[in-house]
Amino acid sequence: MLRTALRNVFAHKARLLMTMLAVLLGVAFVSGTLVFTSTISDAFQKSSQKGYADVDVSIRQDGSDAPQGRETVSPLSQRALDKAANLPGAASATGVVSGFAALSDKDGKLVGDGFSTQGANYYAGRDGKGTDARYPMKDGQAPRAEGQIALDAKTAERTGYQVGDTVRTSVNGPVREEKVTGIFTTDDGNVAAGGTLVLYDNATAQKLFAKPGEYTEIALKAGPGVSQTALKEQAQKVLPADTEAVTGKKLADDESKAIENSMSGMKTSLLAFAGIALFVGIFIIANTFTMLVAQRTKELALLRAVGASRRQVTRSVLIEALVVGAVAGLAGMAAGVGIAAGLRAVVGNMGNMPDGPLVIEPNTVVVSLIVGVLVTLLAAWLPARRAAKIPPVAAMGALHAPASTRSLILRNTIGALFSAAGAALVLMATKADDGKAPMGLGAALLVIGVFILTPLLSRPLIAAAAPVLRLFNVSGKLARQNAVRNPRRTAATASALMVGLTLITGLTVIASGVQQAVNKMASDSLKADYTISMANFTQLSPEVEKKLVQSDQVTATSPLRNAYADIGDESEYLTGVNGSSIGKLTNIDFTAGGWPGLSSGKKVVVDNATAKEKGWKLGSDFTVTYEDGRKATLTVGGLYEGNQMIKGILVDNKAVTPHMSEVADMQVLAKTKDGAGDEVKEALTKQLGDNPAILVEDKKDISEGIAQMINILLNMLYGLLAMAVIVAVLGVINTLAMSVFERGQEIGMLRAIGLDRRGIKRMVRLESLVISLFGGVLGIALGVFFGWAAGELIAGAGLDTYTLVLPWGRLGIFLALAAVVGVLAALWPARRAARLNMLAAIKTE
Amino acid sequence: MTTSTRPHDYAGGPYPGAPAAHTSTGVAAARATDLSKVYGQGETQVVALDRITVEFRRAEFTAIMGPSGSGKSTLMHCMAGLDAISSGSARIGETELTGLKDKKLTQLRRDRVGFIFQAFNLLPTLSALENITLPMDIAGRKPDKAWLDRVIQTVGLADRLKHRPNQLSGGQQQRVAVARALASQPEIIFGDEPTGNLDSRAGAEVLGFLRNSVRELGQTVVMVTHDPVAAAYADRVVFLADGRIVDDMAGPTADSVLERMKSFDAKARRS
Repeated sequence: MLRTALRNVFAHKARLLMTMLAVLLGVAFVSGTLVFTSTISDAFQKSSQKGYADVDVSIRQDGSDAPQGRETVSPLSQRALDKAANLPGAASATGVVSGFAALSDKDGKLVGDGFSTQGANYYAGRDGKGTDARYPMKDGQAPRAEGQIALDAKTAERTGYQVGDTVRTSVNGPVREEKVTGIFTTDDGNVAAGGTLVLYDNATAQKLFAKPGEYTEIALKAGPGVSQTALKEQAQKVLPADTEAVTGKKLADDESKAIENSMSGMKTSLLAFAGIALFVGIFIIANTFTMLVAQRTKELALLRAVGASRRQVTRSVLIEALVVGAVAGLAGMAAGVGIAAGLRAVVGNMGNMPDGPLVIEPNTVVVSLIVGVLVTLLAAWLPARRAAKIPPVAAMGALHAPASTRSLILRNTIGALFSAAGAALVLMATKADDGKAPMGLGAALLVIGVFILTPLLSRPLIAAAAPVLRLFNVSGKLARQNAVRNPRRTAATASALMVGLTLITGLTVIASGVQQAVNKMASDSLKADYTISMANFTQLSPEVEKKLVQSDQVTATSPLRNAYADIGDESEYLTGVNGSSIGKLTNIDFTAGGWPGLSSGKKVVVDNATAKEKGWKLGSDFTVTYEDGRKATLTVGGLYEGNQMIKGILVDNKAVTPHMSEVADMQVLAKTKDGAGDEVKEALTKQLGDNPAILVEDKKDISEGIAQMINILLNMLYGLLAMAVIVAVLGVINTLAMSVFERGQEIGMLRAIGLDRRGIKRMVRLESLVISLFGGVLGIALGVFFGWAAGELIAGAGLDTYTLVLPWGRLGIFLALAAVVGVLAALWPARRAARLNMLAAIKTE
Repeated sequence: MTTSTRPHDYAGGPYPGAPAAHTSTGVAAARATDLSKVYGQGETQVVALDRITVEFRRAEFTAIMGPSGSGKSTLMHCMAGLDAISSGSARIGETELTGLKDKKLTQLRRDRVGFIFQAFNLLPTLSALENITLPMDIAGRKPDKAWLDRVIQTVGLADRLKHRPNQLSGGQQQRVAVARALASQPEIIFGDEPTGNLDSRAGAEVLGFLRNSVRELGQTVVMVTHDPVAAAYADRVVFLADGRIVDDMAGPTADSVLERMKSFDAKARRS
């Protein structure tokens, strides 16, 4: 039987091609993901090891028991550095101080994305005359005094800055003009990953990122023969309070682990999409084997007639599947390595990744092969069983035994039950408090139910297309009838496309709703024309507000200042605002009380959620303990409905600022005389010194920024789901090619009695179009339903402004996409049909 | 393929031999002149038809006979515009088929030629009536209602029109195929072993319809067969052997045709 199976694989090479491609694509996705993630992971780990090569022990603030959010004063003074440097095992000690530093490019725009631009000190030794081993200068000299900086080579190349250029930087507000004195190379992990590093001289960096004379970290290098652990033990004896000593190896390991973790998240989500592509592939594999078995009915019956057992027949089909799966798995693995290499090149070119070789782990090879074989075997299992059920007598009888109606009735009943249960669960979940799990289950049930029901749905839905198809005369009529001729086959083909389109549509519907909700929130809750914040959303210097007030455009401002305080046993943030102007800048719904009294500093306004949690009512008094230990009593003067923009306890800055060790604002709201507009924005930006680190955004910018984020995310998801759609296209091609092959005689007859090549092509194309649109309509309908249901959950989970938005334009595009899939998939089968040799086709067997 | 023992089924049956030759109008419905068909090249070259010249007259029922491999099917395919010829000329009416582009050829088959195949070749998705009107549907023409009714009456399918092919017997299916060929009133109908897949009774019925269509409707029919009894329904039998026309018999009977065929077999055995 093995020989029979192998012969069959070779005999049906062409017909198995699409199946192989489908498996191949899915496996390539899996192996590509695995190779790519291990390659990135490996490159980052190597780079992080390099980054810590010069650090044997690091003395740093002990983060474990520092209260969250409270700005602690760094205890690492020059004295601590000197002490560490004098340890017997230490060869050298470097004081490190670093933080966020924005660099503007030649057009005045921020370099990088705001989160990856760092500033640090160039530590030139105790006397300030040495060199810093971490940053060898490639060009020019290290910064020695205020007003001088050095840039990393990658950033210098990207921005075109050279030694001698004047650049603008900003750390927490004011703009600094600096002269580039040097360009350096570094193994710093952040730079390797595409970040920017600006080096200041030691004193300036201390002033900017800590306090004069203080460091955020001390890096020790061990002397010859001193181990990291030994040095750590020595260091522990001289540790200042609230600091800890960590070996370089541990730092590197921790970073490795962090990289591993972030990679595994990415890996899991990529593999999920690979799983979807493979799932779609299952339909195609099952369809192919079903068709092959049907075409071989006589042959298989003959095998049974001459004495092969059922099990042998099943096994022969499964061996075929095994061969297909193994070959496709191997090819897919190779293709995956290619994909990973391509991705690495792309990511590498964007400068976001350190260099490193392609890493193919043995696991990757094993997993890819297993996935390929298992998926194929699983999909071929039902057809194989069906093959075994062919009675020996079929060898003598008709070619294709029609499917019994009983199984369709059973099938439809099961499908209806699944669909109904699934839909009911989803509907219930939208009303439930925690509906995620039931909704997931319901969605799965509904999708399975619809899969089972597609053969039944195919007739009425495709019949609905009849009026349009009638325009194409005979070709249209024949196409429609061919499409419903084998409902199971049509259904499996359409289902493959349905899966991809359901997900794409669902995500799009949710994204549209979220985007609209965010827009509404931004415009509804804010009366301010502008919000001013740091590019990386760290804290702003209070200077910024002061500068804004000076502008004659600005009519009202208020900072949003996070003040840390204890209320009872719990730590809370109070939001410090300008009590007299906040009412003009925000638009919030009071359920009781209001703004009056807020500016006195004795009253607060609280959102309903917080009030409920604390048990406060209008007029309730409560005691807060500020950062500096002072206590005060505040009264609830207003209760409001909170939203994503404004929530929590609002209090006047008068009350909180005196107690803060370091005053900084999260955001400044500003209202202008002329409202939002390009000129006003320019004026404000100018007022703030054309600062690259400060974002001046009007409501439109805010919603556009969010829209952009949503779009990037959505496009990524589209890209990942494209694989599932491509596999579905292979399925349509496969089904059509098989159908054309099976209907060779009919097509030959049609040609003989006068249907021209164009007519034949059109018939095949229209059939393809009908099947694809059928899958498309089902997918879009399901996607809209799921999108609506998930939206209800989102709205229930706190995004109150969420309402269902049907993106008709996009939905139209998806339907058009399904049509394009149909037309493209039919290209080759239609050509084949039109080229069919008439004489060979009409000759009897 | 059916075997040549078939004729005995009809021997002494209720069906008379063919009547005297039908008066021909003298204008050819189709004509081959020096028609040759060669397959392959060089060493492997096979001459299927060797400079054949033959004429099929209007309103005449012609049978083409010959042993297997004699080229009878190839001749029909070439005359019907289903296959390209190597040299010479093939005409339907006054239209020369050689050199016609596929599109024109397809149109010619659609509008001027009818076909009946051995394997019925009906579309399983269409009803009997839809199958009958298929050539007109392809052409985008409305069928001539009166004529259609008459054809349907003639082949006796009036109560089966809504049925799908798989709900019809083999004989009924081939009657649908005959009706399809007749319905568009083609200049000439080609039949490729039209009774090859039928039992004797159903075969006799179909042949009867074909003969009647020639007699009563003035249709021209050319049929390839190797069954002498089927050939006996024709007005004229053209015999082919080794790609050449070796005989032309008017007013054949089953016996005379069988005799003639036997002489071929004998010759073939001798050589």
